Amino acid sequence: MSMNERAADTLVIGGGLVGAAVAYGLLRAGESVTVLDEGDVALRASRGNFGLVWVQSKGDKMHEYARWTRGSADLWPEFAGLLAQDGGIDPDYSKPGGIHFMLSEEDLEKKRAQLHRLHNSLEGQEYGAEIIDREQLDAMLPGLGPDVVGASWSPHDGHASPLRLMRGLHSAIAAKGGRYVADAKAEKVERDGSGYVVRTAKGAFRGDKVVLAAGHGNKWLAPSVGLDVPLRPEKGQIIVTERVRPLIPMPTHVMRQTAEGTIMVGDSHEDTGYSDASTSSVVSDIAKHAVRCFPALGQLRVVRTWGAVRVLSLDGFPIYQESATHPGAFSINCHSGVTLAGAHALALAPMIARGRLDASLDAFHSRRFEHATAH
Amino acid sequence: MPRRIDPEGKSIGFTFEGRPVAAREGDSVAAALTAAGLRDLRDSAVSGSPRGIFCMMGACFDCLVEIDGIPNRQACMIPVTEGLAVRRQRGAVEVRI
Repeated sequence: MSMNERAADTLVIGGGLVGAAVAYGLLRAGESVTVLDEGDVALRASRGNFGLVWVQSKGDKMHEYARWTRGSADLWPEFAGLLAQDGGIDPDYSKPGGIHFMLSEEDLEKKRAQLHRLHNSLEGQEYGAEIIDREQLDAMLPGLGPDVVGASWSPHDGHASPLRLMRGLHSAIAAKGGRYVADAKAEKVERDGSGYVVRTAKGAFRGDKVVLAAGHGNKWLAPSVGLDVPLRPEKGQIIVTERVRPLIPMPTHVMRQTAEGTIMVGDSHEDTGYSDASTSSVVSDIAKHAVRCFPALGQLRVVRTWGAVRVLSLDGFPIYQESATHPGAFSINCHSGVTLAGAHALALAPMIARGRLDASLDAFHSRRFEHATAH
Repeated sequence: MPRRIDPEGKSIGFTFEGRPVAAREGDSVAAALTAAGLRDLRDSAVSGSPRGIFCMMGACFDCLVEIDGIPNRQACMIPVTEGLAVRRQRGAVEVRI
């Protein structure tokens, strides 16, 4: 197998939203970067993303995650601007606030208690989500169905085009001198002196550091650098409608209108292994629920439906870690590749460039699963 | 300029923007419009620029037209029937709430 000439400062395995955001951030930090990507056959969650940049209700059981998510939402305006400047593609980010519908008084009370817990746990930092009643909701978003009793609302929530974000990141990586290699699925990660060599179908690549950002692939790659990455697949399905004039002024957890005018409808959670097949029964349930929340959607023609496989850790929170036995080898996993793109590029990548993760990320290490049974 | 390679078949009449167009049995709306030299089928909902046929197999959603009052229909996927009223799709649809 031929050895590709120069060693990069960092090899990033995975060219989806997570790998691309980290690679872009490393390039911004002045590193030389090679991104090794599986290519079009990859089980790529980034291709099926809904596009929310979402803070509310994240991290109820892990406050570090609540803070990290909020931090990423705070970084997004700067991140979107840098991306448009460096790569020439605007990810269509906007932050009009976001809404999560409540269809019963009981759900409303549960949500109120959750927001209260989150608010109290963030050490005085303003959490910013609140419960609004139907009257306040009608003023923000006219046209809701009679079953919607209220909602939680957060001014930190927003949305972006996941496809433009993906393209923008890759365009910015190229503009910053990053090297992207397609159809180069990582088969093996090995030590190479003080650095690493990654063997792929496109040859072997060397780097001083290596970042595993291969989504579900990390589960198989991580042991070779002394890391454990327990993950499980969870399918989500999405419906997209024909393009219509502005109808929904802010994103909600079940539907959002894109900059082009289509309305995306989603929020299903299924365990079907690594299948990303779209199925009519689930799509029909998604449509029924969305029409119950917002009846006018029933007038719209559906253009496409698709499925994608979320990358979930056992507790659903991200995994960020450096190997204790293999210094300079990192692994990254999360299921919110859009929301966390700002933090991945502008907060996490600079830590990797410096060669160590900040103590604030300790809670995200996979050692938290050591006593877990499901593996 | 596209032309028919097989002019056989029963003749069917429909309208585009209120004007009569001659089609052949088995034509899709998109094929009949193309054969009649009509290429500007809609305005882009994003830029307003004109759009017409592209993939002719239901994948690209570029040939959207209004048919019998229903907007955003794929002209390449709908067979012509006698008397169909086809109109240009003008931008994005307005939905009443």
